[in-house]
Formats: sequence, structure tokens, C-alpha cells
Amino acid sequence: MTFTSTTTAPALETRGLTIRFGGHVAVNDVSCRFTPGTLTAIVGPNGAGKTTYFNLISGQLKASAGQVLVEGEDVTGLPPSARTRRGLGRAFQLTNLFPQLTALENVRLAVQSRADAGWSLFKVWNSRRDLIEKAESILERVRLADKRHIAPKALSHGDQRKLEVALLIAMEPKVFMFDEPTAGMSVDEVPTVLELIHDIKQRGDSTVLLVEHKMDVVRSLSDRIIVLHNGTLVADGEPAEVIASPVVQEAYLGVEVARD
Amino acid sequence: MTSSPALPFDETRRQGGFLSAVLSSDLPRSRVLSVVLLAILLVLATTPFVFSGSQPIGTAAKICVFIVLVASYDLLLGYSGIVSFAHTMFFGIGGYGIAIALERLGPTWGSAAIGLVAALALSAVLAVAIGLLSLRVRAIFFSMITLAVASAAAVLASQLSSLTGGEDGLSFQLPQALRPAFRLLSEPLFGTAVNGRLLAYYLVFFVSLLVFLTLLRIVNSPFGRVLQAIRENEFRAEALGYRVVAYRTAASVISALAATIAGALMALWLRYNGPDTTLSFSIMVDILLMVVIGGMGTMYGAVIGAALFVLAQSYLQVLMEAGSSALAGLPLLPNLIHPDRWLLWLGALFVISVYAFPGGIVGRLRRAVP
Repeated sequence: MTFTSTTTAPALETRGLTIRFGGHVAVNDVSCRFTPGTLTAIVGPNGAGKTTYFNLISGQLKASAGQVLVEGEDVTGLPPSARTRRGLGRAFQLTNLFPQLTALENVRLAVQSRADAGWSLFKVWNSRRDLIEKAESILERVRLADKRHIAPKALSHGDQRKLEVALLIAMEPKVFMFDEPTAGMSVDEVPTVLELIHDIKQRGDSTVLLVEHKMDVVRSLSDRIIVLHNGTLVADGEPAEVIASPVVQEAYLGVEVARD
Repeated sequence: MTSSPALPFDETRRQGGFLSAVLSSDLPRSRVLSVVLLAILLVLATTPFVFSGSQPIGTAAKICVFIVLVASYDLLLGYSGIVSFAHTMFFGIGGYGIAIALERLGPTWGSAAIGLVAALALSAVLAVAIGLLSLRVRAIFFSMITLAVASAAAVLASQLSSLTGGEDGLSFQLPQALRPAFRLLSEPLFGTAVNGRLLAYYLVFFVSLLVFLTLLRIVNSPFGRVLQAIRENEFRAEALGYRVVAYRTAASVISALAATIAGALMALWLRYNGPDTTLSFSIMVDILLMVVIGGMGTMYGAVIGAALFVLAQSYLQVLMEAGSSALAGLPLLPNLIHPDRWLLWLGALFVISVYAFPGGIVGRLRRAVP
């Protein structure tokens, strides 16, 4: 690196990111920079390409064109695991856990990955007490400590979402990507998850990306909103300004806006 | 500490002590299972002194070898969720490594070592090649590729008869110290002559024990935990930062190396190696059965599966002979349990045990109250 990173250097950047499925362009030439300390909400109607955009960033899908850069380094050719190790952390929209392992083991595996301890073959796993303790403290943070010996398949949907967040926290990523973290949760469970996200934002220089449908959530949490519509970036700016813009009113809220 | 209620078993609390360290914190967790495992260990450790004749000691040696072979296969199938049909190929490579080296280079420890090292190297290279070529594609393709490679290896072994002895296999001399004529002690110990055959048995026994405990350690290591995570949800493991292809390839290499050692032990014990003792596909089927009967995803299942299976193979005919003659005179029954029908009964036993214990015998025992 020839330049030193400043607070405005993007933690994550996409340049002309595009993916085509046959004739359909799901994400179309999206260029965007995400800077540390900022929570960016990504909004748009269903099918706008939000989750596909996430999949391109975290590497589950290969881009047809364009680049993904993490702290200035091109990661476009790397598999998901390598991007994770460079600091991209992702929580999934459809809960995606290890269904038969305990909640604690789910988190411990994330902690173990972060500690780069997976290639230790001749130690007994529980000799790394530090990893277990760290996993336990994260479970406490997401209020799942009392369920640490329960496997995800036996947890409620809300608890599974919390565990998903716990895995993300355990990775200590530079970039946190939340894909509809409150989807399908009961009303009384939503604040816990929002608090966790708020908490992550407060703790230092994290870059947070949040795909969310609930406008009140977006308004209260985000520093910036970008709008995707038919795979294209159509608006980008301060929350109040973006929400009020005609293009969002039309594209996202489906309101017919009278044009001058 | 959290305020959760005390649980009967908490695997995160490390128990101290020698046993826990040797067993890598993975205790049997069932009284019956502990007793059975202890009994198997004791019998295997004392067979040469307790039983006379060559069949018991031969059976015991075979059990030792198959425990390693089945445990190494369970590392793949049970812990990593990888279905490979090439396991007997690695078993065969170990056997042929020892056989070819001892036959060509003379019956010395040096040539045995060269044979083993060459076999381990070949197995590792093949396992890496198969892994990198096919573990990134869908599981079924990996299984098919292992099947193809294993068949090719079997054909190759029977065609290269100048090297491998073809279908006849290779008989060879062992190093001096392992020959029946060798006497370590001039006087018998506990009424048993301490000869080369006894030394060979204990070589098989202790190497098997060591490899088994190493495999037990590996499946309970941070690495082993990653394998189980990949088995559960490969996509998530990758997203957590674990390189799934690398871990799976490493698992197949470790498994292949252990199988190679098992093959070398088998050849050393038999003083012979051929397609039917290590390379045949019917052994592959036996291994699968032993893993399933003992219990997938637990190393102790390998011990129980191998012990039961090899015992049944060796003694079911004897047992049926006795039963048949005891029932002589009755209609139909003596014919039904005539020793010639032993394969039918072996098959019936497996169907029943798989049906009755879907989680294997160990799974069943661990589910019961300890």
C-alpha cells in the first residue's frame, strides 16, 4: 500500500458491480463506497437486487463485471472464506446455522475461525478455554446464555436470528452485513436485535451495511441510505433526504409521484 | 458464569486426568459402552497369552487392523460427511508397499520402513489429487470419482503382476525378529513362547492403538470440530472463513494415511498381500457395514463395529456348526443353520442391527441412561 488510510478511506467499495443471469441483469453497475463508522441502509422493493448485491460482496456469487475492494484490496477473485478472513462479515437473511451443534458450539466455531485456530490437529478443542469463554460472553451479549446447550433446530426463530447475529459479532469483522435481521421476528424480539446493531455501530469504527424493509428501523439506525431499484443504484444520501426524494417514493414505496 | 441449570453432561468443562487426556476428552459417556470397550481392549491386549492356537490370535490381529481402518473411514464418512469408495485403495497401497519392499529389498526393517514411507507418500499424493480435483464439486461426483480411481487401482494391481504378483499376490519374509522361529526370551512367559509371532502381534496391537488414539485426538481437535461444522452446513462454514476444500482434502489425506498404515500392518501380520486381503471391493462394503453397525460419527463405533464384524466373520460358521449338530434329527432347523448358510445369517444380523440401531450400537448405548 502506498497510501495511508484515513478515516474517509472506504472499508468496502464496489466498482461497477454487475451480475447477469442469462438476459436478466440482477445487479447493474453498482459503484459505492462504504466508510468506517457509518451505517448504510440498503433499501428497495422485493427483487431489487439487495441480497444479490450482498452475495456479490461476500462472494457467494461471482460478479459478471466490476470489482469488490476491501480496504483498497481487490477481493473479486477470492472465495467467501478468504473474503471473510479479510474482514467481511455477513449475517444471512434465511437463518443459516449449524443445526445440530449447540448454540455455544456455533459461536465457538466463529470465534475459532477468527482466532485462526482451525488447523490445530493435535490439541483437544476444549483446551482453548479462551475461545469457549469468548463464545460464552458473546452469547450473553445477545441474551442467549441460558440456551447455550440447545441446538439451533430446537431454538425459536427469534433466537436463531440472535444466534446469527452472535456469529457475526464473533467474527469481529471490519464490515458487518445484515440482511433483514428482524425478518420474521415477533414484535417483542425486534428491539433486542436493533439494540445489538446499534451497539455494534457505537463500538468504534465498524462499517455496517443493513438491508431492511421496515422504514422506521432504517430511519432510526442509518447514517446513510442507498436505494436499489431493478438492480440499479437510484438514490444515495442522508436518510431524510433520500426518503423524501421522488424516486424513492415511487420506486420503493410504490407511490405515483406527480411530475412537474 | 452463567446462571444456566446444572447439566448432567457439559462437554465444555474440561475434565482433568490421564484418561481424559488419552481419550482427548471424548469419554464413552455410557457405562455399558465403557465396559464393552474395556473388555475389547483387555481381550486384544492378552489374546496371545489367554487363547491358544492360531485362529484366535489371527482374529485378534485382524480386529486391531480393522479398528484402524474403520476409524479412519469414519473420520471421512461420519465426521466429515464425505462418501469415498477409495478407502480400500489406500489400504491396498499400504499392504503392497510393505509386500513389494520386503520381497524386493530383502526382509529387513530398513526395507519395511522404505516400503511404508513410499506407500504413505503415494497415498498422500493420490488423496490430495482426488481431493483437489473433486471435493469442490458435488458430493456425488466425488463418490463416483473415488469409485473410478479405486477400480482403476484394482485393475492396475492385478495387471502389473511382475510387481504385485497379480491375482496371486505376494508372499514375503519378515525381518528376523518377527519370524516364528525367533525367540526373544528363552523361557516361555505365562506358558506362552515369546517368539517372533508374538512380537508381530504386539507390533500390530500397539501401532493400531496409537493410530486409533491419534485419530480420536484429531476428531476432537479444533480441526475435527471444523470438519463437523462442514458436515452440518458447508456453506456456513465457508462463510465463517473456513476453506472448505482445504479442510476436506486434509481430512481425506489423514484418513488415507491411517488406512495405509492399517494395510501395512495387515500385510506384516499375514506375511502376504494380495487383492483379496486389502484391495477388493468386498472389503470396502465390509468397512461401510462396520461403520454403520458401530455408529457413524463416533470413533468408538469403529471399535465395536470392527470387533463384532470380524468375530462374526471368523466364528459364525463355528457357532452354526455347533448349533446345527445340536439340533440334528429335528426337521428343517439343522439345515437352516448349516454352516454353509453363514452368509445368509450374517446378512440377516446386519439388516436387523441397522434396523434396530439407526444410530449404530454406540448411538444406542449413549442414548440410554449412563
